[in-house]
Amino acid sequence: MDIGGTLVKLVYFEPKDITAEEEQEEVESLKSIRRYLTSHTAYGKTGIRDVHLELSDLILWGRKGNLHFIRFPTHELPAFLLMGRDKHFSSLHTTLCATGGGAFKYEDDFRTMANLQLLKLDELDCLIKGVMYIYSVVSSGPPECYYFEHPTDPERCEQKAYNLEDPYPLLLVNIGSGVSILAVYSKDNYKRVTGTSLGGGTFLGLCCLLTGCSTFEEALAMATEGESTCVDKLVRDIYGGDYERFGLPGWAVASSFGNMICKEKRDSVSKEDLARATLVTITNNIGSITRMCALNENIERVVFVGNFLRVNTLSMKLLSYALDYWSKGQLKALFLRHEGYFGAVGALLELPNPS
Amino acid sequence: MALCGGADRGSHSMDKSITLPPDEIFRNLENAKRFAIDIGGSLTKLAYYSTVQHQVAKVRSFDHSAKVSLQETDGDPLYEISVQEEITARLHFIKFENAYIETCLDFIKDHLVNTETKVIKATGGGAHKFKDLIEKKLKLKVDKEDEMTCLIKGCNFVLKNIPHEAFVYAKHADSEFRFQNTHPDIFPYMLINIGSGVSIVKVEAEDKFERIGGSSIGGGTFWGLGALLTKTKRFDELLQLASKGQHTNVDMLVKDIYGGAYGSLGLTGDLIASSFGKSATTDKEFSKEDMAKSLLHMISNDIGQLACLYAKLHNLTRVYFGGFFIRGHPVTMHTITYSINFFTKGEVQALFLRHEGYLGAIGAFLKGAEEDNPNQYSWEENYAGSSGLMSVSPELNPVQRARSGTFPFDMLEMDRLERQLVNLPLLQDATSYIPDTVDLTEDALAREYWLYCFEEALDGVVKRAIASQKDQPEAVERAEKFRQKYRHKLQTLRHQPFAYGSLTVRSLLDTREHCLNEFNFPDPYSKIKQKENDMALKYYLKVVKSVEELSWEQRQFTLAKGLLAGNVFDWGAKAVSDVLESDPEFGFEQAKQQLQERPWLVDAYNQWIERLKGPPHKCALFFVDNSGIDIILGVFPFIRELLIRGTEVVLASNSGPALNDVTNSELQILTERIAAMDPVIHAALREDRLALVQNGSSSPCLDLSRLDKVLATVIRERGTDLVIIEGMGRAIHTNYYAMLSCESLKLAVIKNSWLAERLGGKIFSVVFKYEVPSKAQEQH
Repeated sequence: MDIGGTLVKLVYFEPKDITAEEEQEEVESLKSIRRYLTSHTAYGKTGIRDVHLELSDLILWGRKGNLHFIRFPTHELPAFLLMGRDKHFSSLHTTLCATGGGAFKYEDDFRTMANLQLLKLDELDCLIKGVMYIYSVVSSGPPECYYFEHPTDPERCEQKAYNLEDPYPLLLVNIGSGVSILAVYSKDNYKRVTGTSLGGGTFLGLCCLLTGCSTFEEALAMATEGESTCVDKLVRDIYGGDYERFGLPGWAVASSFGNMICKEKRDSVSKEDLARATLVTITNNIGSITRMCALNENIERVVFVGNFLRVNTLSMKLLSYALDYWSKGQLKALFLRHEGYFGAVGALLELPNPS
Repeated sequence: MALCGGADRGSHSMDKSITLPPDEIFRNLENAKRFAIDIGGSLTKLAYYSTVQHQVAKVRSFDHSAKVSLQETDGDPLYEISVQEEITARLHFIKFENAYIETCLDFIKDHLVNTETKVIKATGGGAHKFKDLIEKKLKLKVDKEDEMTCLIKGCNFVLKNIPHEAFVYAKHADSEFRFQNTHPDIFPYMLINIGSGVSIVKVEAEDKFERIGGSSIGGGTFWGLGALLTKTKRFDELLQLASKGQHTNVDMLVKDIYGGAYGSLGLTGDLIASSFGKSATTDKEFSKEDMAKSLLHMISNDIGQLACLYAKLHNLTRVYFGGFFIRGHPVTMHTITYSINFFTKGEVQALFLRHEGYLGAIGAFLKGAEEDNPNQYSWEENYAGSSGLMSVSPELNPVQRARSGTFPFDMLEMDRLERQLVNLPLLQDATSYIPDTVDLTEDALAREYWLYCFEEALDGVVKRAIASQKDQPEAVERAEKFRQKYRHKLQTLRHQPFAYGSLTVRSLLDTREHCLNEFNFPDPYSKIKQKENDMALKYYLKVVKSVEELSWEQRQFTLAKGLLAGNVFDWGAKAVSDVLESDPEFGFEQAKQQLQERPWLVDAYNQWIERLKGPPHKCALFFVDNSGIDIILGVFPFIRELLIRGTEVVLASNSGPALNDVTNSELQILTERIAAMDPVIHAALREDRLALVQNGSSSPCLDLSRLDKVLATVIRERGTDLVIIEGMGRAIHTNYYAMLSCESLKLAVIKNSWLAERLGGKIFSVVFKYEVPSKAQEQH
């Protein structure tokens, strides 16, 4: 499990090579849990299994099976714990590997509410392990790592597979509620360069306040419909065109939300516009900080992960564009299909060999 | 920043009826030429160049050629004092709300008498909007200048010409503003201008700068997003909201995720993990204050982070912040400072500028004035005409102020100095030199004492000012105006000691001189100085003769004592001016008796005598102090001995009058008269072994980083190896701790019991400080 500020990410390995003998020995509670997890794609009102990400026929600890990817909001964790108690999860004597801040914050709750002991793991260690593992095991189906070709040309911009065989050095940007930026030099050599508090949580938080929406999906749907140029003040709004003296194109944003200092303009924007402007602001800012880190660390490859990017092609294209444009083609933005689950995968890999 | 169409529009036409106080604002318009204007989102900054007619006291030697010797001139004054009109150049900068722009333009049109100016340089986002109005009202052609270029030009100008321009902001310290020393080389630096958006500029030389980056998350984001979230329209109201809020109610902190700190990464629990993160996960109402605070942190941290990334990439350590987001707002200065400190782990300090709001206007003006070569001169902030930092300026509560019916404005005046000022070449380390001994901004006790002291002395100063112009009946009225002005300055400084940079005894004295000049009291002590010089000259030969009869050892001691005794005569010190005024016969001998017996409070006399037994110095530079007994009976016999020893002497005196300090022109006459009596001085003058050079200052104190360039050249050429600094103002209030690269003597009699006590002595305690730099420092 990876218990973040907003979402809990759960990775479940379902062995598919269970012999009849084993099945016989299996306690009822384990069967019941497996059945519950694998036969549903939604749990309660907010839990979701990302079926499209499921990886089949993996070999882990000598067992063959499927890897399932499940997520639910962190504020539902108590309900999850109660369910674990009701399903006698603790009777399985399985270690629960957990990472993310919640592994520390909720450790006591796990023990008292569900009688579970956690094996707590560092989230950045897990993140990097998870990325490398998933990339190495995905061999068929949609490519795990991809980028956008021709990011500055909307007509020709398209998603392309990227070969990450020789990954180092790379800048790993994890956009969850907040953002962490890591410079990874080898399997076990990495450092956290910096981070920013303007992340996915900021996008959703501001959207909730500005538009009254309540979920990431709603916010994103609105952003897709909206137009940010009436909310933001562009370079051309100030200079009538490009600011040539400093090489600033007219379309560049001079001031995010800058037009909103005028009452008439505040009154005339739609919720969709505001959602779009919020998305653009947060995304461009992450792009800008990332680019500076890449320059300071002298790294040209940037991998963006984290749940902010889930179903968020808009932001991915923006990041691709921004990195390419402002670095004059020097920097490449890469993305991974299992964007938000790497921490949880990394934690799973730390499971003491069950056999 | 571009103007917002709606929010302010209603107020642009407001209050045409308001009358401007002509004595205070747009001063010297009659002679104004070269206008420049910087129109921002809410404030207009107007700049113009003007000439100011000043009365200056001039001294002129009477023609004594007909007379054979000094003795025959008994009864006649030594020299003639006349008051002349002198024209000096001044730069005026005025800042006011855009709402008053029309009123102000009308006022200027009415008062502008004879100007040949055809063009007004304009910059700022609002310049195009008011272009037609300006052209119609002033009949001047508006000539637009690039905003960034103006900003950088202005920034270079203030950094070069205004000591204590830059400061570090420390919200919780005893003194919120920590002013920085002017670094002799201001380049390279980074300027982060936070307007609607953010521009990050690297400045490498006067005309070499580059926009290295920027961000769209700036002041406009705070304002626009803040207005959406809180329904509060005005920028400053949003800041007020923010200053009352709790961001932790809205932001998701590290401890909200971890339950505590994220120890392995060293991230503390209170760190913001996700700005506005709580509003995404909690379904509740958030207060306006809390949201505004969270927004402020989000934006300040983001800008700080980018600033640090750029500073690191370009290897820059001097980082200045400006723009309307910063301008005079403690809230934003604090959050930016915090952010820079956090992201650089304290390696880089955020610097702010006292005149940040004027940079664009200054730069636009300088663009237009290039043919006058303003950069070839040195300039000085005029304390009498400038409002000072955090004055009751238009930025602070503009709504309230507008309602009160007063016209809120802020001013900056810069006087052009006739000379270029440079560092004393003999400073050990010009970058760390601080002239002032006590920083009254930080020392609250000392501040209280000195403010009280100057307030107490004010009556006397007013009296003396009137007495100096008995023939002018309206002097009484002017003196009263001076009193009000200076008292008001003292009151301002009591509440805002940081108004003009670090508050020091020197700045208090200089402010008083500026105020006196402002009301045409150029030299209230001229007649007293004349009388005292006259009187002292009569004793010169007697003193010299009596000294000559002494043994070498005795002579040296008598000369040193004479120098100190002479320094007791000082109208600048209250304890002494009381005695002098009640007993004009207070003589030289009496003064010697007043002196503390050895060992003195600071007593390096023995080392000095040992040194004198060695080879003579090549050249001694003597910063002289008072006129009368001090210069004639103290300094001259002393340097006479140096000259006889074979040491050249440079007497550095003030260029303009300050208290009873001897000015360069007075010293010229005195020296001639002494030379007429004394062959030693006569020969020294003829052979150019004695030189009189002005120091470039009109202050009773001494700033060794702002000296006349000519003096610096003379010092260098003559291979000066001894510096003598005399008097409380020059050797105690300033330069007491100054480290020189050659031998130095700092001599003074402490004529203030409070100060004497502070230094561990009593009134009339003697400081005789003789310093020799160590070999290592000499090489430095």
